Amino acid sequence: MPSLKDLKNRISSVKSTRKITSAMKMVAAAKLRRAQNAAEAARPYAEGMEKVLGNIARAAKDSPSAPKLLAGTGKDAVHLLIVATAERGLCGGFNSSIVKLAREQARALQAAGKTVKILTIGRKGREQLLRDYRENMVGHVDLSDARTIGYGNALSAAQDVLARFDAGEFDVATIFYNRFQSVISQIPTATRLIPAEVPAEDDAASDGSVYEYEPDEEEILTELLPRSVATQVFRALLENAASEQGARMAAMDNATRNAGEMIKKLTLEYNRTRQAAITKELIEIISGAEAL
Amino acid sequence: MADTLKFDLVSPERRLASGEATMVVAPGVEGDFGAMPGHSPFFATLRPGVVTAQMAGKEEKFVVFGGFAEIGPDRCSILVEDAVPAADAASAGIAERIVEAEKALAEADNDNTARRAQYLSDLRALQLVTA
Repeated sequence: MPSLKDLKNRISSVKSTRKITSAMKMVAAAKLRRAQNAAEAARPYAEGMEKVLGNIARAAKDSPSAPKLLAGTGKDAVHLLIVATAERGLCGGFNSSIVKLAREQARALQAAGKTVKILTIGRKGREQLLRDYRENMVGHVDLSDARTIGYGNALSAAQDVLARFDAGEFDVATIFYNRFQSVISQIPTATRLIPAEVPAEDDAASDGSVYEYEPDEEEILTELLPRSVATQVFRALLENAASEQGARMAAMDNATRNAGEMIKKLTLEYNRTRQAAITKELIEIISGAEAL
Repeated sequence: MADTLKFDLVSPERRLASGEATMVVAPGVEGDFGAMPGHSPFFATLRPGVVTAQMAGKEEKFVVFGGFAEIGPDRCSILVEDAVPAADAASAGIAERIVEAEKALAEADNDNTARRAQYLSDLRALQLVTA
C-alpha cells in the first residue's frame, strides 16, 4: 500500500498535468479560431479559381493539345502521394488517421503493380511513414518554422511538386489531409492534384454564358493550372491546420477530464489511507489504556 | 440594368477589396481594359500593373503582380497572388521583384525568354508608374 506521502505526491503531479492539458486545450481553441478564420478568408479565391478552371478546362479537356497538368501524361504507372500532417503531436488520432489512409492507398497501389513515391509535409507523418516506406520517400517539406500557414508555404510545396512533374518523376499526384468538419470530427481525405480534377458542371451555378478569353484558352490554362495546384495545396494545408487544432482541443479536453477523474480516485484513496492510519493509532492508544 | 458591378479583389489568403463599382480598369496581358456594368463575359490574365476601381465616387487603386480577371455583366472578380493598395506601393517590393525577374531572365531558355522579358518590362513600367 502506498504511503500517505506517495499518494500526496501523485495527486499533486496529476494536478499539474491537468493544469497543463487544460491550458493546451485553451491555446488550441484560440488557434482553432484563427485557423478557421484563415480557412474562411481563403475561400473566395479558391472558389473563384475552381469556377474559372472548371469553365475553361471542360472546354479544353478533349483537345489533343491540352496541357499535361490537365490531361495527364497518358499513363498512371507512378503515383506521388503527398502526405500532409502536423509538426507536433498531442493531437489525438490526427496524424495517425492521415498516415493510415495514405498507407492503405500505397499498399493498394503497390498491389496493383504501380510505383509509389511519397512526399511528406509535416514532421509527424514523415516519422510514421519512414518505418515502412523509407525507400519510397522522395522529399519532405518542412513547416516547423511557419507559425501560421501562409500562401508562400503552399506555393513552395506546390512548386516542388510541379518541378518533379515536369521532370517526369510521376504521373498522378494525390494529396492526403484531414478535412475539418467539427472539433470532434476530422475526415481523412485524399484529393487528386495532378491531373487536375475538373469539377462537374453545375447547372445552377453556371449562367450558360460563353466567355471570351484573352489571351486564348490554352495560354490561360498553362498559367492557371500551376496556380490551381498551389491553391489546392494551400487549401489542404489550411484544412489540416484547423483540423489539427480541433483534434488537439478534443484530445486535451479528454486528457483534462481523465486527470480530474484520476485526482478524484487518488483523493479517495488518500483519505481512506489517512483514516486507516488514524483508526490504527486510536486502537493502539485504547488497547494500551485497557492493558493498564 | 444595374449601374454598378460587384467588384472583388481576392488573394489566396484573404479578400482584399469588395464592393460595388461603376468601372474597373485592369492591366490585361494584351493591354489594359475597362469593365463596366453589362460587359460581356470575359476572362483575362493580368500583367503586373495597377487595378483601378471606381467605387462610390472614389478611385481605389491596387498594385498587382499578375493574376486573373473574370468579368460578367454584373461582376468583376480579380484573382491575384499578391496585391497592395497603390498608396503603399513602396512596401510592395517592386525593386526586389525586378532583381528576381532579371535573374530569371538570365537563366531563361528559349521557351520562356519572351515571357520573362515581358514580365520584367511590365515590372519596370509599374515601378515608374508608382514611383
